[in-house]
Amino acid sequence: MSSATDIPPNQKARAMSRSLILGGMLAGIMLILALVSFVWTPFDHAVMNIPDKMQPPNAVHWLGTDHFGRDILSMVMVGARTSLAVACLSVGIGMSLGVPLGLAAAAMRGSWLDEMIMRGNDLVFAFPSLVIAILITAVFGPSAANAIIAIGIFNIPVFARVARGGSLSLWAREFILAARVAGKSRARISVEHILPNISNLLIVQGTIQFSLGILAEASLSYIGLGAQPPTPSWGRMLAEAQTMVSLAPHLAIVPGLAIILTVVGLNLLGDGLRDRFDPRLLEGRA
Amino acid sequence: MLHYLAKRILSLCLSLAIASMVIFAVIEVAPGDPASFMLGTGAQEDTVAALREELGLNQSKLSRYFSWVTGMVTGDFGTSYTYRTPVAKMVGDRLWVSLPLALYALILSTLIALPAGIFAASRRGKLGDMSVMGATQVGMAVPNFWFAMLLVLVFAINLRWFAAGGFIGWDKGLWAGLHALTLPAIALALPQAAILARVMRSALLDVLNEDFMRSARAKGLSQGQAIRRHGVRNALIPVLTIIGLQFSFLLAGAIIIEQVFYLPGLGRLVFQAISARDLIVVESVVMLLVFAVIMVNFLVDLTYALVDPRLRRTP
Repeated sequence: MSSATDIPPNQKARAMSRSLILGGMLAGIMLILALVSFVWTPFDHAVMNIPDKMQPPNAVHWLGTDHFGRDILSMVMVGARTSLAVACLSVGIGMSLGVPLGLAAAAMRGSWLDEMIMRGNDLVFAFPSLVIAILITAVFGPSAANAIIAIGIFNIPVFARVARGGSLSLWAREFILAARVAGKSRARISVEHILPNISNLLIVQGTIQFSLGILAEASLSYIGLGAQPPTPSWGRMLAEAQTMVSLAPHLAIVPGLAIILTVVGLNLLGDGLRDRFDPRLLEGRA
Repeated sequence: MLHYLAKRILSLCLSLAIASMVIFAVIEVAPGDPASFMLGTGAQEDTVAALREELGLNQSKLSRYFSWVTGMVTGDFGTSYTYRTPVAKMVGDRLWVSLPLALYALILSTLIALPAGIFAASRRGKLGDMSVMGATQVGMAVPNFWFAMLLVLVFAINLRWFAAGGFIGWDKGLWAGLHALTLPAIALALPQAAILARVMRSALLDVLNEDFMRSARAKGLSQGQAIRRHGVRNALIPVLTIIGLQFSFLLAGAIIIEQVFYLPGLGRLVFQAISARDLIVVESVVMLLVFAVIMVNFLVDLTYALVDPRLRRTP
């Protein structure tokens, strides 16, 4: 929430690079772990090995084993796939529906369409992702797909607002006026001129929603409304660890840290990107 | 102001009406017949038909929607398919856990966030500011249910200062009730406090650049005095808005935390209802949560308009 005027631009630019690098590294590590898990994990994440159950971190099982003797590092790696996939797809749903709505609302500012889209947004905002998930689960049953839909629906008004807010000021600019004089339709101007100019805003918001998506997926899986067995998920690992936390704290600590590191990484990345795209800071760096 | 108020009330009613239609429509899509579900697979057809009649399931969808909505308005939420008790009573009993929990968390979050935000803003760019901002960065990333598990491990299992779960009820006294809700409230408050501290810091930094702050310094007040007397008061407007909005999210968030502490709140009720396919309970709880969010947004808008007259003129 820091404003660009708080700190001198050069100092802020340095801090920006740091958050961009650190955030990129943390998020990158998690992404690599998820991708590597497709071809390699230290152990098979689904294979139970009861004699080795509840082992603390050691040379063989680097992050220990759970109550079924499954390797926690392998489960965290495969769980990263679920978390990142759910967050990515829900951001995709939010962006692909929210951005066109926001662009249309801005292009038709003040019209009944604008009013309808914005009131619709307000309405969807009244349904927190957890509430949407409860509704969907009550009807269709719990699954990772329903978690994606629930978080995705929650993301739609967020992107619609960002797209509309970013577009409104652009519609008053000379180059848009020139395009209108050239006879381009509002829809074409929105796609060819407005969208490229708000892409930075959308990327930053996308990063923030991605990190919120990771948290939401973990919460939904924890309460049983997200990924179902045998799909590994960080939230479900925490749910399973809950009754054993006093006997083997690492069962809860490891997936929790995985969530925190990913979310901190994405938040730092979002902060860094926002500052990088901030024209006031670009002037400061020049 | 009256025109603004009328417009906002109309918008509020419209939002509630559409939200109720959406919830009703989604629940209607659910496969299966509630009457057959309640009576089990061995039930005779005429018994099922009688129960369908009793529950009003033979009526048209439109009349069922209107009877549900008018029932909700008059406090009659229908009868639970599973427990055969009034849903309003079930929800009312659970609200006595969820609502105080959300309020307790809101108070804790405010008590932590405001001093932290003010401290960070008054030391902008220095170590204190960076420490607070770093802590809020982590605070926003911590899943509240995970933090709750750690609190149980440390304060309930190891130190034995609190119970690991359950709620003894308000009959044992206010203190005992609050004591039981302390760990859940702390877990719920942490991420909200992190967000609120950042908002407070940001709002105060904006105010610090205002002319009246320079005037306050010019008339001889120290930086600390100027912040306390003029800065904080002016920065509180956006912060109060966020506090209001956070309440509805705390109420929804309480649903998850209740699972960690086995609290008999709305969360437990709704999950039991989902697994028992007691859809009328799910429908009512979801409507109640959405009502809370819409109502809080309405009140926040109204308060904002009272504080800032320019907003009343905004179309």
